[in-house]
Amino acid sequence: MTTSAAQETAGTRVMLILLTAALLIVLLVLPLVVVLAEAFRKGIPAALATLSDPDSLTAIRLTLIVAAISVPLNTVFGVSAAWCISRFRFPGRGALVTLIELPFSVSPVISGLVWVLLFGINGWLGSFLDKAGVQIIFALPGLILATVFVTFPFVARTLIPLMQEQDASEEEAAITLGATGWQTFSRVTLPNIRWGLIYGVLLCNARAMGEFGAVAVVSGHIRGQTMTMPLQVEALFNDYDWVGAFTMAGLLALLALATLAVKAALEWRIGRRGGMH
Amino acid sequence: MTLPSRRSALPGFSLTLGITVVWLSLIVLLPLTLLALRPWTLGLEGVWHSVTEPRVLAALRLSFGIAALAAAVNMPLGLLVAWVMVRYRFPLRNLADSLIDMPLALPTAVAGIALTALFAPRGWIGALLLPLGIRVAYTPLGIFVALVFVGLPFMVRTLEPVIMDMPRDAEEAAATLGATRRQTLLRVVLPALTPALLAGFGAAFGRGIGEYGSVIFIAGNMPMVSEIAPLLILIRLEQLNYAGAAALALVMLLASFAVFLGLNVLRARLRSRA
Repeated sequence: MTTSAAQETAGTRVMLILLTAALLIVLLVLPLVVVLAEAFRKGIPAALATLSDPDSLTAIRLTLIVAAISVPLNTVFGVSAAWCISRFRFPGRGALVTLIELPFSVSPVISGLVWVLLFGINGWLGSFLDKAGVQIIFALPGLILATVFVTFPFVARTLIPLMQEQDASEEEAAITLGATGWQTFSRVTLPNIRWGLIYGVLLCNARAMGEFGAVAVVSGHIRGQTMTMPLQVEALFNDYDWVGAFTMAGLLALLALATLAVKAALEWRIGRRGGMH
Repeated sequence: MTLPSRRSALPGFSLTLGITVVWLSLIVLLPLTLLALRPWTLGLEGVWHSVTEPRVLAALRLSFGIAALAAAVNMPLGLLVAWVMVRYRFPLRNLADSLIDMPLALPTAVAGIALTALFAPRGWIGALLLPLGIRVAYTPLGIFVALVFVGLPFMVRTLEPVIMDMPRDAEEAAATLGATRRQTLLRVVLPALTPALLAGFGAAFGRGIGEYGSVIFIAGNMPMVSEIAPLLILIRLEQLNYAGAAALALVMLLASFAVFLGLNVLRARLRSRA
């Protein structure tokens, strides 16, 4: 039995819960509600009509393309990193783990800036690329590079602790019994890490589709060409097209809510809790 | 490189290490190294001038100052939320728990325009504050609100596991020895949570310094008043002043690394004392 002085009184508890509820509603729920309210201000058909605008459709398609390329690249990297870091001991292993998380502590704007410094018109390779007629900044490759940078750690940092907890003996048994490395990975490792892998890919994808600062730097804001969904939100908002801006924002908010729902389900599955970052 | 002392007889070491090191180098290390080299094309004096312009200093002061203020305010807010989530059971608790990550899941541009709509003079909250003479949107106060929003999950998620692992016997012992609940919280619970509070502060602060999307719409972006440092980097890039942009970015990176280092030292000290 806990003594009464070892916990708050019932009155205090109710008060603290209400205070928390008020804080969460004002800070977290109201912004979501306002997005929907503004999107549907002129009715649902008006909101949906803004999505059939060619520029909006291009933005949606571009966002899907950028994510479809960036996420698999970082997934292959994340699985490789988790395999060598969790299954082998080698000098510099700890430093490698730290370096993998580095992009999380870099401002999104700087994550875009590094690519402009490299490939922009005044960048290290700028004049060379210009002569060769290759466009990276203000084009799809730049958007992908910026997105790959900001989503770099997600899969690796989910899988590394997960695989470190798991014993390698099942994999060693498979190898001893004559399985190839690839068979061992796909039949033994993959089933063991699949929920963690989906979890990492989910968070990676949410960030890839929603990234704003890094892609804003490399995009050049060419309408109907280099605008991803978040950039289109900005453009419409600055045009005072609030219904359009908030409808596009509403789509992204739905993506965020779906991500949170799947994340909660996966956490229950893999018995892990934690932030998204 | 010395041969790895293998933990197992598993294959794939060279392949996976190769992929990891090459990808890390190409995507992260090489670009960041080139960023660190770029400002020096201006010469030492040029770099100094570039980062000590009044407009730059005002932007750095604003970004670091408001990020610190928002992270500090998130300490009591995050403590309240984390405590209630871990210690109490109430209806819709699981829903509330999932919601806490919302600022990290919601694309920053969406958060930015939503907060602007809420706090604009004619917005739901802005209209309530206006008669009190408080203007949030398009002022530094707006930046503060956006950074509190973005930083809250960092604080809550850092505190929760620590509160969960905190043995309750210490609190009960204090109570048995005649301490009031307030004394127990101040002398037993709070000291045990201080390292986690500092870690949460560091995470929220680090995110706040570089934050762009959620801030840019609500900030107003007035030079010398409400212009954040990341925006100034973008402005310099648009003027094709790459070295100036890189110099400012380098200052921001070095300053945030220094803050993290300082906080880690502080935490280590607190832990060794405990």
